[in-house]
Amino acid sequence: MKGDRRARLAALAPLLWLAIFFVLPFLMVLRISLSDAARAVPPYAPHWEGFGQIGAFFAGLDFEAFGTLWGDGLYLDAFLTATRIAGTATLIALLIGFPLAYAITRAPKRWQNLLVLLIILPFWTSFLIRVYAWMAILRPEGVLDRVLMGIGLTSEPLRLLNTETAVLIGMVYSYLPFMVLPIYAVLEKMDRSLIEAAADLGARPLTRFLTITVPLARPGIFAGCFLVFVPGIGEFVIPDLLGGSETLMIGRVLWTEFFSNRDWPLASAVAVSLLAFIILPMMIMRGVLGRREAAR
Amino acid sequence: MKGFRLVHALALIGGLLFLYVPIGILILYSFNASRLVTVWGGFSTQWYASLLQNQALKDAALLSLGLAIASASIATVLGTLAALALERARPGRAKLLFGGLIAAPMVMPEVITGLSLLLLFVALNVERGFVTVMLAHATLTLCFVTMIVQARLATLDRSLEEAAQDLGASPWRVTMTITLPLALPAIIAGWLLAFTLSLDDLVIASFATGPGATTLPMRIYSAVRLGVSPEINAISTLLIAGVAALVVTASLILKREKLIAG
Repeated sequence: MKGDRRARLAALAPLLWLAIFFVLPFLMVLRISLSDAARAVPPYAPHWEGFGQIGAFFAGLDFEAFGTLWGDGLYLDAFLTATRIAGTATLIALLIGFPLAYAITRAPKRWQNLLVLLIILPFWTSFLIRVYAWMAILRPEGVLDRVLMGIGLTSEPLRLLNTETAVLIGMVYSYLPFMVLPIYAVLEKMDRSLIEAAADLGARPLTRFLTITVPLARPGIFAGCFLVFVPGIGEFVIPDLLGGSETLMIGRVLWTEFFSNRDWPLASAVAVSLLAFIILPMMIMRGVLGRREAAR
Repeated sequence: MKGFRLVHALALIGGLLFLYVPIGILILYSFNASRLVTVWGGFSTQWYASLLQNQALKDAALLSLGLAIASASIATVLGTLAALALERARPGRAKLLFGGLIAAPMVMPEVITGLSLLLLFVALNVERGFVTVMLAHATLTLCFVTMIVQARLATLDRSLEEAAQDLGASPWRVTMTITLPLALPAIIAGWLLAFTLSLDDLVIASFATGPGATTLPMRIYSAVRLGVSPEINAISTLLIAGVAALVVTASLILKREKLIAG
């Protein structure tokens, strides 16, 4: 009982902080997304009108920005492109990440910590720089072209930079650690004797893998896919640097609307829609995890 | 079916090559004498020397260091408090909600966090610059501190705290003299990781900053948009080396607990 009261006391400061700097800002976004372009466009004018004007505020709500969002095919396209690219990247990351995580669990115990550190290390080193590294590799006459042409696999530059393929490579590369870690965490705790039992009963390796390993690793797979897909769908740096002008992803559209077109209501409407799009899988995820925690 | 096989080794080698070859190439070409990034013209450190001449870059680096120190310190205090709260709270809806709120900034697309913080700062009519980026970075990184400190608290030996309590120590005193010192490695590691995240951030800083405060990633980004250049490779190499040193230090501190691995 006492512990709980002290927990509440300790929670106070971080809770207040997040209320002010995380929750309140979203309400701002929601508010600006519903306001008039003309009123919000002078970018540095204050918008706070006080609580006394709540009535006037609701009367002034304006769904124009959302109308633009739905009416103009560009934004819907950007949403779909972002979903498709983030989804594909998640799948590829899973196909690379699962074997990698599995291989770590099979490595000798004393290597495992080092291997996990090696997987994590790139995650902490600058995102921007890791994307930049691929620019030098993928650009025409870049490292990849030189290697491939050098060994005679291709005869002319691949021109991968500024394509969707480049964005996919950049995304899988950047988010791979997010996929490997949660899968490793569940596989490491897996009870080996289950597999041995199945083997003794005559199950083939593939059957054992599909009927035991994969189902047991499911929470890790879910968490990994979630951690790649959600930040990936709003990604800005990767499509901006690797994607060329025709790869329009929604995060980049938001950036452009905000910084270049200075249309704050529209940028906010993009943010609100993107958030709504993300919150759904997030709620499902939390629901699943919550039930699991409650069951424990 | 027992142990480590060739396929596993190949998967590991392939995965690690994929992760490290691009970084390796970047580092290699920072020592290239030729201005052409993909033609090897011999070993040279001239690009590092030319970095030292670049006052704008040096200013940005100093600003980013100051930001990282300040925001990591705030995030560590708040994140540790949140970890204490999460560790002590009874399981239930409130705890779940609080945990979700703490974790949310971690997965939120950066453009949304950045945009919403900027709108807040504009609405409150705060002058944007060092302070606003610091607040933004503290918000972004506190969840990482919480994650690491909470993992450490979960493995602590509770009997020590109970013993102190039985001997008449107040809850405050137990926290200050037993719990926090035992969690210190995780708190230090959390600070280091928050520091590196702040040092690396481009998107949120771009939204939250004002005219006077250009961070290092923002400088690098505007240079990168113009194309690949050996100077960027050099500054990137320095950043990678610095961050890698910090992360390795953090994980050595945590080594016995194996906390980053979760």
